[in-house]
Amino acid sequence: MTSLTPIIVLTVFVAIFGVGIVVVSALLGPKRNWTKAKKIPYESGLPGQERKETKIPVKFYLTAILFIVFDIEVVFMYPWALTYTEFIDAGLGGYIFGAMAVFVGLFIFGLIWEIKSKALEWD
Amino acid sequence: MGSDVFEISVNFVKMVAIFLLMVNLVPMLVWVERRGSAFIQNRFGPNRVGPLGLIQLAADAIKFLFKEEFIPPKGNKALFLIAPIIALIPGAIAFGSIPLSVPIEISAFEMFGSQWGPYVFPFQSFEIGIGIVFVLGVSSLGAYSMLLAGFGSANKYSLYGALRASAQMISYELAMGLAIVGILIVYGTFDFAEMIAAQQGPLSIPLFEADHVVNKILGILPNWGVFYQPVGFILLFVSVFAETNRLPFDLPEAESELVAGYHTEYGGIKMNMFYIGEYGHMMVASALIAVFYFGGYSLGTTLDTILVEGTIVPNMSALFASLLNLFGSGWEQSTNLINVVRAFVFHGIFMAKILLFLWIFVWVRWTLPRFRYDQLMDLGWKTMLPWALANTIITAFLMLFLR
Repeated sequence: MTSLTPIIVLTVFVAIFGVGIVVVSALLGPKRNWTKAKKIPYESGLPGQERKETKIPVKFYLTAILFIVFDIEVVFMYPWALTYTEFIDAGLGGYIFGAMAVFVGLFIFGLIWEIKSKALEWD
Repeated sequence: MGSDVFEISVNFVKMVAIFLLMVNLVPMLVWVERRGSAFIQNRFGPNRVGPLGLIQLAADAIKFLFKEEFIPPKGNKALFLIAPIIALIPGAIAFGSIPLSVPIEISAFEMFGSQWGPYVFPFQSFEIGIGIVFVLGVSSLGAYSMLLAGFGSANKYSLYGALRASAQMISYELAMGLAIVGILIVYGTFDFAEMIAAQQGPLSIPLFEADHVVNKILGILPNWGVFYQPVGFILLFVSVFAETNRLPFDLPEAESELVAGYHTEYGGIKMNMFYIGEYGHMMVASALIAVFYFGGYSLGTTLDTILVEGTIVPNMSALFASLLNLFGSGWEQSTNLINVVRAFVFHGIFMAKILLFLWIFVWVRWTLPRFRYDQLMDLGWKTMLPWALANTIITAFLMLFLR
């Protein structure tokens, strides 16, 4: 908990700084009447076509799902990389390398399958 | 944060000072960006307000503060207002966890009639043992501010900009994370200060003996990570461009397609806060590259001993001691003063490295054209990710034999 205290203090300080800037700018700025044209979203001058529920291409969801899968695999490599030299010094270098080679093999298999199944094609 | 009043107050002042250093570098960088782009494009750039146009920054800041506040009536007001505030936080926290210089050691001294110390102040906002993981985790929170800005604006362009930004940030995070795995294999630590310590000494290849002619020639060079991880350096350097949404990867705010991307509806100081966040990310990225691959605050052991420790630090300490002797005597013998001066000299070296990389960010922005979105995603998933995987495996394989 003690090592978290400075992080919380800094976060609160930065947040207060940000809120302060926004409030000061809102107080200092001019207050003018809002015309009808000013209220519509910026869309190159044409009347707005936006709805509440904007549709999002499914590709973005797919990218996010693939990211979760692969990122978790990358996260598993961090403790391995951290202790790698210790394993080599203890004479277990071949074992730790082989273990990760199998894991990376699965990773590459997944990546190839993903590319083959055209999950990463953008049109 | 500390055990007594002196330590707590110094730590708090340090924290605020590092945050203000970051915030105040932003207008300087905007000036560098505008003058640099003008230099590259054979124009003048801002040169009217103040010497070399330097006061232009202050004029801009004041103008931003006095702009009318605009909140889109159809959007979500809370999300719209909170997004620029969130944009500030990740960069500030990540920058605070990077050691910007050697720690300052203060031996016991007497002040206000009581004994204080000894203290050791690290030259960073807070020490955290899991350095890299913390910085990676915090800096990827930057995607939230863009998403909230996009959803809160009730504008198609904002929404598409936000979606593109988040999709591109997560795609390049894979290549970035894997490039850092190579660094972890070489140094075997998460801690930034230990990494910089591991880069001391002359460069040598373990295949040959220490006094072999190859190692004698290589010994001129410092023992920097870029000589062990050249591919990892290139991969990390390219992916931070995508992470910070800079050209050639600035699809989220591509003005020819999306007006201004996720900050289309923002104006005045709130738009500027997104810029502070973006430049903060760039500073974090430059500092990370300097720590991982270019020895952090060190110029290499030879230059450190001869130039910094041997010449600059004693002379500057003598200068400051003669100034401080106007208020009280005995500063020449003070090791505390020498330690403080040394820390600030190394801080200057580190800032010079960070500014060099920031200049490369500007240089690339005004040199390369923008990618197409499918090309960007292909580069991230089909080129950088396999290269980063290969880099990891080859590094691990070589470590088996070279250690």
